[in-house]
Amino acid sequence: MTEPFTVAGLAAALHARRISSVEATQESLARIEAAQPALNAFVTIDHEGALAAARAADVTLARGAAPPLAGVPLAHKDVLMTAGLPTTCASRMLADYVAPYDAHVVARLRDAGTTLVGKTNMDEFAMGSSNENSHFGPVGNPWNAARIPGGSSGGSAAAVAARLVPAATGTDTGGSVRQPAAMCGVTGIKPTYGLCSRYGLVAFASSFDTPGVLAQNAEDCALVLDAMAGHDARDATSVDRAPADFTRLLRRGAGARPLAGLRIGLPREYFDAGVAPDVAKAVEAALAELRALGGETVAIELPTVGHAIPVYYVLAPAEASSNLSRFDGVRYGHRAAAYADLDDLYCRTRAEGFGPEVKRRILIGTYVLSRGYYDAYYLKAQQVRRLISQDFAHALARCDVIAGPTTPAAAFALGTRVADPLAMYLGDIFTVAANLTGLPAISIPCGFDADGLPIGMQLQGRHFDEATLLDAAHRFQRATDWHRLVPSGYGR
Amino acid sequence: MSPGIDEVRRLAKLARIALDEGHTSALASELDAILGMIDRLLAIDTAGIAPMAHAHDTVVALRDDAVTEGDQRELFQQAAPAVAGGLYLVPKVIE
Amino acid sequence: MSRAGHARIGWEVVVGIETHVQLSTASKMFSGASTAFGAAPNVNACAVDLALPGVLPVPNRGAIERALAFGLAIGGTINRESVFARKNYFYPDLPKGYQISQYERPIVTGGALSIASDDGERSIRLTRAHLEEDAGKSLHEGLPQEAEAAVGRDGSGIDLNRAGTPLLEIVSEPDLRSAAEAAAYARRLHAFVTWIGICDGNLQEGSFRCDANVSVRREGAPLGTRCEIKNLNSFRFLELAIDYEARRQIELIEDGGSVRQETRLYDAGRNETRPMRSKEDAQDYRYFPDPDLPPLAIDEDWIERVRTSLPELPDAVRARLVTEHGITHYDAQQLTASRELAEYYERAAAALPAHDAAGFKLVANWVLGEFSAARNRDDVPIERAPVAPALLADILRHVTDGTISVSAAKTLFNEMWNAALRGATAGNVIGIVSGLVETGSATASTSSSVDAMIESLGLRQVSDVGELEALVDAVIAAQSAVVAEFRGGREKAFNALVGQVMKASRGKANPGRVSALLKAKLERSG
Repeated sequence: MTEPFTVAGLAAALHARRISSVEATQESLARIEAAQPALNAFVTIDHEGALAAARAADVTLARGAAPPLAGVPLAHKDVLMTAGLPTTCASRMLADYVAPYDAHVVARLRDAGTTLVGKTNMDEFAMGSSNENSHFGPVGNPWNAARIPGGSSGGSAAAVAARLVPAATGTDTGGSVRQPAAMCGVTGIKPTYGLCSRYGLVAFASSFDTPGVLAQNAEDCALVLDAMAGHDARDATSVDRAPADFTRLLRRGAGARPLAGLRIGLPREYFDAGVAPDVAKAVEAALAELRALGGETVAIELPTVGHAIPVYYVLAPAEASSNLSRFDGVRYGHRAAAYADLDDLYCRTRAEGFGPEVKRRILIGTYVLSRGYYDAYYLKAQQVRRLISQDFAHALARCDVIAGPTTPAAAFALGTRVADPLAMYLGDIFTVAANLTGLPAISIPCGFDADGLPIGMQLQGRHFDEATLLDAAHRFQRATDWHRLVPSGYGR
Repeated sequence: MSPGIDEVRRLAKLARIALDEGHTSALASELDAILGMIDRLLAIDTAGIAPMAHAHDTVVALRDDAVTEGDQRELFQQAAPAVAGGLYLVPKVIE
Repeated sequence: MSRAGHARIGWEVVVGIETHVQLSTASKMFSGASTAFGAAPNVNACAVDLALPGVLPVPNRGAIERALAFGLAIGGTINRESVFARKNYFYPDLPKGYQISQYERPIVTGGALSIASDDGERSIRLTRAHLEEDAGKSLHEGLPQEAEAAVGRDGSGIDLNRAGTPLLEIVSEPDLRSAAEAAAYARRLHAFVTWIGICDGNLQEGSFRCDANVSVRREGAPLGTRCEIKNLNSFRFLELAIDYEARRQIELIEDGGSVRQETRLYDAGRNETRPMRSKEDAQDYRYFPDPDLPPLAIDEDWIERVRTSLPELPDAVRARLVTEHGITHYDAQQLTASRELAEYYERAAAALPAHDAAGFKLVANWVLGEFSAARNRDDVPIERAPVAPALLADILRHVTDGTISVSAAKTLFNEMWNAALRGATAGNVIGIVSGLVETGSATASTSSSVDAMIESLGLRQVSDVGELEALVDAVIAAQSAVVAEFRGGREKAFNALVGQVMKASRGKANPGRVSALLKAKLERSG
């Protein structure tokens, strides 16, 4: 395929009728099949459905007046409900579950004309940072298949990095879009909580879960986000506000110093020890680039941000322990083959259906909510969540975006942290705060470490100010090439 | 605060997860390590700080009282492990 | 009856009631599924009610509005911000594994309900009223044949049609002091929630369900340990169960034992309570604010809109009937047993030509007497009563103006009632009663219908002096022995003479006029 395999590139080619959606979709499906043995990025590949959607898109395109993303192939994280297709959450619990309805964001992207090629692999119920907690096996990092792709949206990140699809949805509860985006060298945005509906996103931690986008660049993220975002009356936390049209904002002209006036906050806490030297170096270089584009860096403080990990690992498991109670073997999903009575049915079904990390989090969540511990853990964590949120509000009064590394280190080797969940949790240090506070954040590729693994820079912004994040990322990507680099062995 | 093996059993019972007895002590020490990290919170002074249960300080959206959902029993029960006569079947429920 | 309160000298029974009131919304608390009762299993269980993966709850404005109406009507405090929490436990009729319920911050706190007690009206304080969702049903018996065969004797069938139905849980303070008082409270609360239109009040369908917290103490002692009794689906069972439970606790303590705090189930067949096995485990519900539902905010405008839409409340109507209509307190209580009955009375009273105490008293007597008897006999709802308020007023007008006697009025009432009832049943309302079932003030047509019916039944009272004189003269002439007795000083003989005149008129003579005429004639000729 000679057209650039990006959302913007394919959309332009499709609208200009240089290619058909069937061609674009077939290309995507072929790439997915070819990469599947090495990457295992997909749980479900829907040839028939994708091609039927592509043919329909071609009809609309031929008629003219097709929606902007008509015919563009796309993949959804397997935690989002897709009517008529398996939606497994990468869990044995839902291994055979066929979704009876579309998630709101899925329906919106369907309405926008995208063709759904398949469902991406992930950590079970989105719990994990390495994609090793999948009932369907781990996902390889396209830059080095022995490394993790990050998680929990590891399949989506790998699929975009390997150019199997131009973009994929992800969900971000503690960094699950941004962390794998950083580790796979792609762009990932977690919008403000409430911008995209959670309806049809199988809940992990409801007050944190956020649908997001993984794509090659900020412009593609904007295109997909524009189609995904929107009020949904079925989600009581969905925000009813006028659409932003991020794409139009990015496409306006800009001079040599397009980021003039942008104040970039640098929290001391993000650059302290604990960050791998290669990561620190890459992020410093990216900051220099942002300054060259007109941005101004300012020192800020986030004194309580160090508590974000313990707060997150109290609150997210607490919500998860309750959210996952519905998986009881009664109305859908796995049911144990043999049981003595009702309680035994529950206990065996859940023991068999859930993997070790999900069980760990359910038990932690049960513990922090149980009688005698609620005040000490759950309530305390909610109070500290507010302190952290206040810190961010103060900081964002002094700057427009907060910059730093997305992860303390690049992707580690598969299997090396499975036995140490705590070490795994600590890797979420820079990403969880945006979920605690509901703030939007984006991760963009900004270099490689000595092993040739990608490094990401994170920008966090004010509530509903995705435009500033996308704009900064877009200007940075106009001036750099990190996001254009493709792992060897994969199509461009 | 550190959960012993008995505590892990209590939690598993509350959460309706059968424990693999061979792994219970390993699980207890994993949870112990995680809770040790969480215990850092206990020292933070949060006097007078309102708890924050949601990502925004907002209020809940409501819906009008209207029936919008029809009968989809057949579709929904396709996924059910055991149904008959339109009912979901389970082992006997005591009172 | 308040046996439990006096079950043992020196003991006091302390009862608090928790009532689950199903709110009369079209759709569920958090979903757009129908709340209709009696559908085939699980057809009214939508994706949200089934807790399918990925679904979310959105609160029903109509349910909240009903909770506001209750809070305002009961004189409680509407909390400007309340919180939906999750109560976590596993049960097959609870699809999410948690129930959404208001816990620490309910929508209504405080308020009070007055009940009729031995010493007049007594105010029972309410602790709170909060919104929550109902569970589904676990069926063990009477399963559809197909399910019965599949599940056998060791299984249950789950129907989630009821899951998610909006409930207002109304919690009273432990202010009740006997089983009878508890039943009076439950009845009054039932009348109250149906009066303000937030609940259909259907006990058979489970729209109004009570749990009782019962404890006993020696007079003057601090509160004892309480037991919660569930499954009280009628006012009678509520009373019987509390009675039993209080006696059980007193006997236990008197025998040197102590009461264990537990949940007990009332077995109506055996008239006893026993511990619920499924609730024996120490429960740890792990309540926490529902992360899917930010706080519920109620603004002043909304409160005012609901306040102005409230009907006149039963206490106010009772007071007005006593002070303005001169009705006795007891009758006022009876007339306000339901909003429909009170409205029936008020419409009939308003349709009377003269608004005086005697007229109101007459209407009240008829509404509580003949009307209620007929309604109970034929089991017809008040709003579809075959004799509309205006018609009743018209009948009674004919009594007051002497056209017919009271006993003739009863005949007339029942004739009209039965004719309209038969007509309505046959779907063919016949001429003479057509228009009679219409509500509204007395019209020419109803008046002429009543007059026509009086004539056709021959119920008109004879008041014409000439006609009556003839009858009286005839009786005096025929009953000379009785006349003599009377003149001899035997007053009772007079009544016998009146009776004879009435008999001669075949009941149609106006008894007042007969007495006057007879008296005059006997005196004159004596």
